[in-house]
Amino acid sequence: MTDLNTLGLAEARDALRAGSTTSKELTVACLKAIEGAGVLNAFVHHTPEIAMEQAAAADARIAEGNAPAMCGLPIGIKDLFCTKGVPSQAGSRILEGFLPEYESTVSGNLLGSGAVMLGKLNMDEFAMGSSNETSVYGNAINPWKVDERQLTPGGSSGGSAAAVAADLCLAATGTDTGGSIRQPAAFTGTVGIKPTYGRCSRWGVVAFASSLDQAGPMTKSVRDAAIMLETMCGYDPKDSTSADLAVPNFEALMTGDIRGKKIGLPKEYRMDGMPAEIDKLWADGADMLRDAGAEIVDISLPHTKYALPAYYVIAPAEASSNLARYDGVRYGHRATLDAGDGITEMYEKTRAEGFGPEVQRRVMIGTYVLSAGFYDAYYNRARRVRTLIKKDFEDVFAAGVDAILTPATPSSAFGLGEMTDVDPVQMYLNDVFTVTVNMAGLPGISVPVGLDSKGLPMGLQLIGRPWEEGDLLSSAYALEKAAGFVAKPAKWW
Amino acid sequence: MSIDTSTAARVAKLARIKVEDDALPALAAEFNNILGFIEQLNEVDVDGVEPMTSVTPQRLKRRVDVVSDGSQQQAVLKNSPDAREGFFAVPKVME
Repeated sequence: MTDLNTLGLAEARDALRAGSTTSKELTVACLKAIEGAGVLNAFVHHTPEIAMEQAAAADARIAEGNAPAMCGLPIGIKDLFCTKGVPSQAGSRILEGFLPEYESTVSGNLLGSGAVMLGKLNMDEFAMGSSNETSVYGNAINPWKVDERQLTPGGSSGGSAAAVAADLCLAATGTDTGGSIRQPAAFTGTVGIKPTYGRCSRWGVVAFASSLDQAGPMTKSVRDAAIMLETMCGYDPKDSTSADLAVPNFEALMTGDIRGKKIGLPKEYRMDGMPAEIDKLWADGADMLRDAGAEIVDISLPHTKYALPAYYVIAPAEASSNLARYDGVRYGHRATLDAGDGITEMYEKTRAEGFGPEVQRRVMIGTYVLSAGFYDAYYNRARRVRTLIKKDFEDVFAAGVDAILTPATPSSAFGLGEMTDVDPVQMYLNDVFTVTVNMAGLPGISVPVGLDSKGLPMGLQLIGRPWEEGDLLSSAYALEKAAGFVAKPAKWW
Repeated sequence: MSIDTSTAARVAKLARIKVEDDALPALAAEFNNILGFIEQLNEVDVDGVEPMTSVTPQRLKRRVDVVSDGSQQQAVLKNSPDAREGFFAVPKVME
């Protein structure tokens, strides 16, 4: 029999409903897999007792009948989500010891539907990073390994991606501010969707850049993403930007029939220096969708080039404001003070000790672009450019395009430590294909499509119209079926 | 626009992050590198373009102006590094 931890959500759900397994069995299989995978450093807070209690409750609920889809399915939760009574540190030293008195809406939706929480997952500090190397817990490690090097699982949801790819859980939550679900999904051969801004409540999710942050599922298949996304979504009065819209049955909308659909290929995503393998993957993906009956059209998104620089104004600006709350007064770390230190020294020492270098850098950049005299030149200009970036997409959708196909990342996974000596801007380029989607508030999904010559997974991104995740998932399902990506990392850990 | 060490020190102060003097030149260089990347935005014609305030068109919901939450003093103080007698404790602020 297949090891239960290798199942996806849909298979496990169906097995639970058929009575051929139990949530307890699924949970024990995952806990065992987690125990044997310490070297991956994916799970950073373990909650086996909670998981077993939840599994028992889920089994009882399933026995009664009519249990929701996620009931009894063991998942991992990114450390960015506040989970009641369970450490929630956002990968930062400054939240050491923080035990939330409340549950985030998204994790609450999942647990309320009977999902089982195995623990909290590694991530870049405050979700700022593309390689999981800024985490206070140390690097999460990609289960994909092709030589002596250890590879990054991507970031910021690196622990989530590594855990799903290594079958430590059936699925995991992620969050995406500039590509933090889609890039790690592409680096690990998994599926990750960032829904339309406003679909998932941000309440209880540690804030990075509030106008860009969205939660989403990281899963082993497109169908699993549809199932989990539906449970995560929904209107929440506690988040003022939460959309008061009905959540459709995404799985039912996921027909995979894309005949007659118009799929756009934006010419601006053909970057100088892009590896030939990524370019070929993109062309192959377009052929797959064409063969499935879609019409492939060339499109232009003229302001693409400016999305990343505008993001590196807007995201740090919002971060500098959001992270002002970490002051050593209400929660987390407080620096030991010297005699005579006042409250300003307490703030300054606490934040210098509590924040890592990348977070400090971004908070200070944000402070600078918001400071008197520079606000118009940087922050307001970036917000104007953002309006133009969104309009690019609106124009394309108005011309009848249903979805946009792009590479997910400019390369496959790179080695841990390989980017430490380059300047931060080089690392930021990881998000070049994904960040536009956050800037425009659109849904985007990363689907594994092939392996490169080194044997590492590569993904393609599909971008959909706002609020049409169902349609997007359907296109993604067509791509997934055509690509037939089934490779798994060989177990070395 | 070039950031010198005194500007870097001012930004660190505004951000309430202690940066040692000997770390300021490297910090200023990092700022210049990132701001150099951001400078590209000056190429874009933004005349007459409204700055984005909300990425999805929506009006903020209103609610009845009544107390809907509260009386959670213990829960609020629970995670404080220093809470005393029902308050957050901080170093002396006024002389």
